[in-house]
Amino acid sequence: MQNDGETAHPPYMLIWGVLAVLMFAKVGVSLIGMARWVSITLLVLISLLSAFLVALYYMHLRFEPRKLWILAAVPIPLIIILLALVSQDFG
Amino acid sequence: MNQTAITAAVRRPMPGLGVYNVKLGMWVFLLSEVMFFTSLIGAYIILRFAHPDEFAAPGVVLNVPLTAVNTFILICSSVTMVKAYAAIERNEQAGLKLWLTATILLGSTFVGVQVYEYIHLIQEGFVATAVAYAAEGGPLYGSTFYLMTGFHGLHVTLGVLALLWILTRAVKGVYSSQNLGGVEAVGLYWHFVDLVWIVLFTIVYLI
Repeated sequence: MQNDGETAHPPYMLIWGVLAVLMFAKVGVSLIGMARWVSITLLVLISLLSAFLVALYYMHLRFEPRKLWILAAVPIPLIIILLALVSQDFG
Repeated sequence: MNQTAITAAVRRPMPGLGVYNVKLGMWVFLLSEVMFFTSLIGAYIILRFAHPDEFAAPGVVLNVPLTAVNTFILICSSVTMVKAYAAIERNEQAGLKLWLTATILLGSTFVGVQVYEYIHLIQEGFVATAVAYAAEGGPLYGSTFYLMTGFHGLHVTLGVLALLWILTRAVKGVYSSQNLGGVEAVGLYWHFVDLVWIVLFTIVYLI
């Protein structure tokens, strides 16, 4: 979205509505008494979806050059490595 | 070289990534921030699952409804921030100032509610080394809660200060559709803070 003259905007208000619904859905999932692993899985998935919506549309990543996508994805394997290593403490 | 010419030079996409330097710098900084918060979240997950008795169930100690509303406020501040950016893209000075002011007010409200929550929790004995909550949670609960939410609150506070600086420059008429790098860079930071809170709210309050 950095190029001068580019004026096409994503539906900001629609994204806002979706984010609000997802946020209150998380609260609902947390309060409803369902199996813990189901609850945790749903909460993580909803959070990831919300985070991707913010990154893609509010941070305009969807409209950036592909090379910036690669740069933005750099932490993902690092996060996996970090969490995998610290999870060894459970062993 | 006047200010517009300087800004145009700064905003010119670089040949490598095709992104101008200010934005590229902010993205690199934000990626380092991802790793910072990941380390905190990773530590929390380990402590949480290794010592489940030290952590209370959702809603027992922490005020979930209040924080849900606060999360909604932060989400609203993200849309006002992006509206500010969209306004200056169309060269609408009044729109930029209006939406920036709204973002600052919403961000300040978020910090204010968090401070209120802290005061309330501390008055009830839920401090970083809380033992009064041994039945529902031990010292690990308090220390990890204040560490994670405190660092995020610090980021929001710094974001509000940065937005105030941007608003001051906007009032002086610095920004235009050809000079909006500052608005976009601070906007990226603000959206990132929102993104981090979406994850933290889930992990700290709901799981």
